[in-house]
Amino acid sequence: MKRTPRILLAAFVLFAAMPALAAEAVPTEMDPVKAARAVKLAEKLRCLVCQNQTIADSNAELANDLRTQIREQIAAGKSDDDILAYMTNRYGDFVLYQPPFKATTILLWLGPAVLLLGGIAVLVRNLARRRAGEIALTDEEKSRAGELLAGEPGKKKT
Amino acid sequence: MIPELGHFALMLALLIAAIQGTLPIIGAARRMPAWIALARPVAQAQFVFVAFAWGVLAYSFITSDFSVANVAENSNSELPIFYRFAATWGSHEGSMMLWVMMLAAWTLAVSLKSRNLPDVMVARVLGVMGLVSCGFILFVLWTSNPFERVFPVPANGRDLNPLLQDPGMVVHPPMLYTGYVGFSVAFAFAVAALLSGRLDATWARWSRPWTTVAWCFLTLGIMLGSWWAYYTLGWGGWWFWDPVENASFMPWLVGTALVHSLVVTEKRGTFKNWTVLLAISAFSLSLVGTFLVRSGVLTSVHAFATDPRRGVYILAFLVIVIGGSLTLYAVRAPKVGVGGRFELVSRESMLLANNVLLLAACGSVLLGTLYPLFLDALNLGKISVGPPYFDSVFVPLMTPLVFLMGIGPLARWKEAEVPDLWRRLRWALAVSVVTALVVPLIAGSFRILVSFGLLLAFWIVASTVVNIRERTRGMTGGIIARIRRQPRSYWGMILAHLGVAVFIIGVTLVKGYETERDVQMRVGDTVSVGSYVFRFDGVTERKGPNYTAARGAVSVSRNGTVIETLYPEKRAYNAGGMPMTNAAIDSGITGDIYVSMGEPVGGGAWIIRVYSKPFITWAWAGFVLMALGGFLALMDRRYRTQARPAAAPARVAGAAGAD
Amino acid sequence: MNRKLLIPLVVFVVLCGFLFAGLWRDPREVPSPLVGKPAPAFNLAQLDAPDKPFGTADMKGQVWLLNVWASWCVSCREEHPLLVEFAKAKIAPVIGLNYKDQPAPGRQWLAQNGDPYTTSVQDRDGRVGIDYGVYGVPETFVIDKAGTIRYKQIGPITPEALEKNILPLVRELQKS
Repeated sequence: MKRTPRILLAAFVLFAAMPALAAEAVPTEMDPVKAARAVKLAEKLRCLVCQNQTIADSNAELANDLRTQIREQIAAGKSDDDILAYMTNRYGDFVLYQPPFKATTILLWLGPAVLLLGGIAVLVRNLARRRAGEIALTDEEKSRAGELLAGEPGKKKT
Repeated sequence: MIPELGHFALMLALLIAAIQGTLPIIGAARRMPAWIALARPVAQAQFVFVAFAWGVLAYSFITSDFSVANVAENSNSELPIFYRFAATWGSHEGSMMLWVMMLAAWTLAVSLKSRNLPDVMVARVLGVMGLVSCGFILFVLWTSNPFERVFPVPANGRDLNPLLQDPGMVVHPPMLYTGYVGFSVAFAFAVAALLSGRLDATWARWSRPWTTVAWCFLTLGIMLGSWWAYYTLGWGGWWFWDPVENASFMPWLVGTALVHSLVVTEKRGTFKNWTVLLAISAFSLSLVGTFLVRSGVLTSVHAFATDPRRGVYILAFLVIVIGGSLTLYAVRAPKVGVGGRFELVSRESMLLANNVLLLAACGSVLLGTLYPLFLDALNLGKISVGPPYFDSVFVPLMTPLVFLMGIGPLARWKEAEVPDLWRRLRWALAVSVVTALVVPLIAGSFRILVSFGLLLAFWIVASTVVNIRERTRGMTGGIIARIRRQPRSYWGMILAHLGVAVFIIGVTLVKGYETERDVQMRVGDTVSVGSYVFRFDGVTERKGPNYTAARGAVSVSRNGTVIETLYPEKRAYNAGGMPMTNAAIDSGITGDIYVSMGEPVGGGAWIIRVYSKPFITWAWAGFVLMALGGFLALMDRRYRTQARPAAAPARVAGAAGAD
Repeated sequence: MNRKLLIPLVVFVVLCGFLFAGLWRDPREVPSPLVGKPAPAFNLAQLDAPDKPFGTADMKGQVWLLNVWASWCVSCREEHPLLVEFAKAKIAPVIGLNYKDQPAPGRQWLAQNGDPYTTSVQDRDGRVGIDYGVYGVPETFVIDKAGTIRYKQIGPITPEALEKNILPLVRELQKS
């Protein structure tokens, strides 16, 4: 589905021309930009009374109340950081789905990079060791190998 | 009476599994042919008794025998028959029974389809599976008995959770468990190899089909779970990095690494230790997943009712099985010899890099899932780790992997040259970059992340095209003949990799361009999303078999003409519980339109959520293609003939990788 | 034996240690970040006297308990007898926060189950609850003379919690 501002405008104009009985639906939040902000914030926050859901997706009462709080604070001009701070001041870091970068979460945030770099280091070292550890063939072994290889042209190697 | 028979059958199955788990292994160690020969028949007998017990449980559900406590708690006489059947695994006890059943089924499969394997090996493999079965059957009998009776017999049951009353419930758990549990076969092969002290390329060849088929089912199982959550939860999400979702995804990541590592071990005889360790890890993660889901250690929407006693048992079982196998690994894994030699740039090293990346990804998912537990156990506070973390960590790890997917299949074994690869792939890269830049512009809105995602996907496609062209070059015959000439395992790989590309396209486009409108609508109100206009036509009441629904009608128009009507529902189930949201979805190749009802706000108006999810169907299609690719690879000729025919004519020299 | 081969086993054992520790913890219990911070101020209508507001300012200089309750809350009944006993013993005043409730059912509930509260205030829309980080009912806060929250009880007060945590703390705070 394509989303161009022109088509939206066209649809809008089309509707402006329609009979006035049916109206454009009232969004739950008046301003679409603010609505989008409210949804984004709600998706970052955890519903404390649910089994692992954001407050955007939960129908629990507390989730509803907190969504209302978010809308009111956005309307009052608070920034995203202000609102997140508001929540963590009352409910702790548990309410954030994105764990803050703190002393206790350093291992969490750096862990994946450490795992990756560690894995690559082990891999490269292993490869280097492989190359260094190749056993040299003696001349006799080399000629024997040559004979065997030259012997049957169609033979498959393992 | 009948439930008691089932219970008794399960107890007998335990005894049989105990025999299966001990005698053949001892027989293999001491070269006692009689005990080795016991393996297959005993395994089959275990299957018969487990199947009977499971069948009895299913029968109790279908006939709504409410004297069985499990049936009374999870079913209802008004429940349609498919859901009564699915309710068999709708609880902790029932799903453990399904675990046991799946394990017995895999055991049967191994006992039947292992004619080409040496008996000693089969004895060990079935023996290990027997030990695992023992552990699970004992767990069921001791802490999670599904055959317990309740007295007095209630007139009707408490009903299956309405969220589970869906076709998804009929297919997702069995598929998922088939895959999840299927890794036990790869595990058993690994342990058998360690026990025998023989670890070679033949072991890898035997192991590979079993691992692949389990992986295929797990792929499908995960895809079904994601799709089901999407259309049933009502808010358009399809992956939440929930602990239970992660519990199934981690074995999948390791399983994918394993499938690739087996290629190296089979073809080149190298990385045997590593492959064995992966096989042990894949199943270990399945077991850890089982623990996480049932012990109450983590919170999840999927979590079963928890009980510390069960948690302790499973943990003890984990320690024995995983600890035991890892100890065996440490002791018995052959000395890390030189093995085959290969260069820093070669197909082997790229496959190894694939493994490193997949395991780093798996490790990160594990870290994120368990981190809150770590901090809590150390009294360092309580945090939550959710999608923002996982998304920001997973994508950067997958990016180099996707990049390698294009290069790996073209690289030669043992030694590949970067200039050569660059020459062959530079046009593919150019085409990918250009297309990735152009497509978002055509779609009307350029987003750098969308472009990036598309670049990855097109890169896979373009490099696959290069691969196919090179492979079929110089061959006589038309296109069909050339396609036929390649082994099915080759096409399996192509299809699976293309599946990844399709998946990436789906995810990229949906995340880049999805829109959501959350609006209050009275009858006649409209809302527009994209080029579609939605009009709310009111709500009617509809009675279902065991619920009453408020059925909304939303007509969808484009350019002024109504193209269809969607009917989202809000259902109240007769047996009680929270109202369920049933979204109405119009699915298509170009994406979904998704409408769900929120709450009524009085005066006949409702809160309606309208979503546009472009190309989201591609995300699931991608996974299906991956599974199909796996299944196709399984149909390769080499798995269908008992013995290899006399040496086939040499392949075209220099062909980059017969597969 | 190659030592490196033991690494997976060691990692696994450490993991199991954590998993075991996790079995005895409740992943859904959220400790309060407000312990040690000033109790959020409120000034609300009382349940028995709606036109006479009552607030945190009125409790300055005393050690007191704030108990969050509601007539629709089932677990509140579990702890209520303990609160009534506590109030009878006149150890410290207990202020009730009637959370997301209606006044009539609230009063009726107190009439039926006993009223241990010096007074109850109405938090009809739950905003004061949010300020206190309330996420379930019942919850109880111990607040000192300076108005700082010193302890939060999540869930019903058990006899054990009362004896081990609340009573000693209250007595200690009252001495200072």
